[in-house]
Amino acid sequence: MQLTLEFGGGLELLCDSVKVHNVSVDMPKGAEKLIMKDLLGWVRTNLIKERPEMFMKGDTVRPGVLVLVNDCDWELSGQLDTTLEEKDVVVFISTLHGG
Amino acid sequence: MLRVFRNEGRKGNDRVRKLKWKKARRRSRRRPGPACAVSAIRKGPLSKDLKPYSRECFYEVFEEEIHQVIVENQLFKPRERVAIGASGGKDSTVLAYVLSELNRRHNYGLDLFLLSVDEGITGYRDDSLETVKRNEIQYGLPLKIVSYKDLYGWTMDEIVKMIGLKNNCTFCGVFRRQALDRGAALLKVDKVATGHNADDIAETVLLNILRGDIARLSRCTSIVTGEDGPIPRCKPFKYTYEKEIVMYAYFKRLDYFSTECIYSPNAYRGFAREFIKDLERIRPRAILDIIQSGEDFRISTFTKMPEQGTCERCGYISSQKWCKACVLLEGLNRGLPKLGIGRSRGPNNDHKKGTKETNGAKSIESKQCGTLDF
Repeated sequence: MQLTLEFGGGLELLCDSVKVHNVSVDMPKGAEKLIMKDLLGWVRTNLIKERPEMFMKGDTVRPGVLVLVNDCDWELSGQLDTTLEEKDVVVFISTLHGG
Repeated sequence: MLRVFRNEGRKGNDRVRKLKWKKARRRSRRRPGPACAVSAIRKGPLSKDLKPYSRECFYEVFEEEIHQVIVENQLFKPRERVAIGASGGKDSTVLAYVLSELNRRHNYGLDLFLLSVDEGITGYRDDSLETVKRNEIQYGLPLKIVSYKDLYGWTMDEIVKMIGLKNNCTFCGVFRRQALDRGAALLKVDKVATGHNADDIAETVLLNILRGDIARLSRCTSIVTGEDGPIPRCKPFKYTYEKEIVMYAYFKRLDYFSTECIYSPNAYRGFAREFIKDLERIRPRAILDIIQSGEDFRISTFTKMPEQGTCERCGYISSQKWCKACVLLEGLNRGLPKLGIGRSRGPNNDHKKGTKETNGAKSIESKQCGTLDF
């Protein structure tokens, strides 16, 4: 599945300072859909190069990281259970840096 | 606006409120963004604010709520000169943008300026100041930069070289406070507006409790401070969630700088910050409730409060003989950087004990903290 992932607010520093990543993510084995929970695991393994604790806490993003799926707050779409579709855009922005 | 909401919330039964909250959440999950394809969420203090807003509606609600806060608290008067404390970060960038927008829309009649402090931190402040310089052009607001080097004779880089990475944030914090005031005096403004948001203030309430700093605890929740001083400061974002500010900046594609200070790890504040973010996830209102708790604290009449006076050396407001900046600067200039750190050292205490001032005060490097009179 082709997805566009964007990191901002300082999170890009965790993945070689690249803000926008066009990626191809496989569905988990035996599953019919890809949900945010799967994507977070994938990002942590494949994109985050340093200090993963700045991005995740437990099985979800660290509190203070804003997540938008197609420019919609993921708190509206079910957070970890949000279903992703082909060509979706997922944005992660840290609110924790500077002021 | 928010005041009213909060009071209603307090009157209501807690359990009922929780149920309302849950219901609203479920509702909003079922119908993400009903009218518009793209939606942002607005996590306000009341359940009605949990409904999804479209991007355009979100802008409007966000801006108008800040307008309400400004009007209800009478933060500005017509024809005032107002400096916006601008660091290039998200809060001050959004503040500069929203204030100039509201100033136009509602005819505040304000003369707005950007005021930045250059601490002299290579690889951090020099980059963020570039952002502020772009904002100067983008928003058409005149910019004034005051530097630690000019005011105190030291950059933070030089200070860190001397004192290391312990206590450096104390120096920076004390110096920045005064630098903003001195810059504001140079601009001849009537007020300084800062980008402190609800999350920041909740954090400060907790920190002041943890430090037992009752004087600051009672001050830190005020939307206007320093009214008795030379230049009052106000916080138009006092009731604005950090999340909303970041979302606004993202959707509006505002140009801001987001790197952690290279000397920063202010670990203690960091813990408070994370704790608040954890609370917010479980119950967003917690942030506003902490602020309210801070506001409602009553200080017992027999708690000794420091008296405000002026610094004998530079004339800045101070509760001691010398202001903190002068004490710290004295330490730097005499090569005793621990002066003024902790509770039992420093010239203020020396004075009390009647010990003699050392005469190193007039060394070549010695420069009073700032050269402006108030």
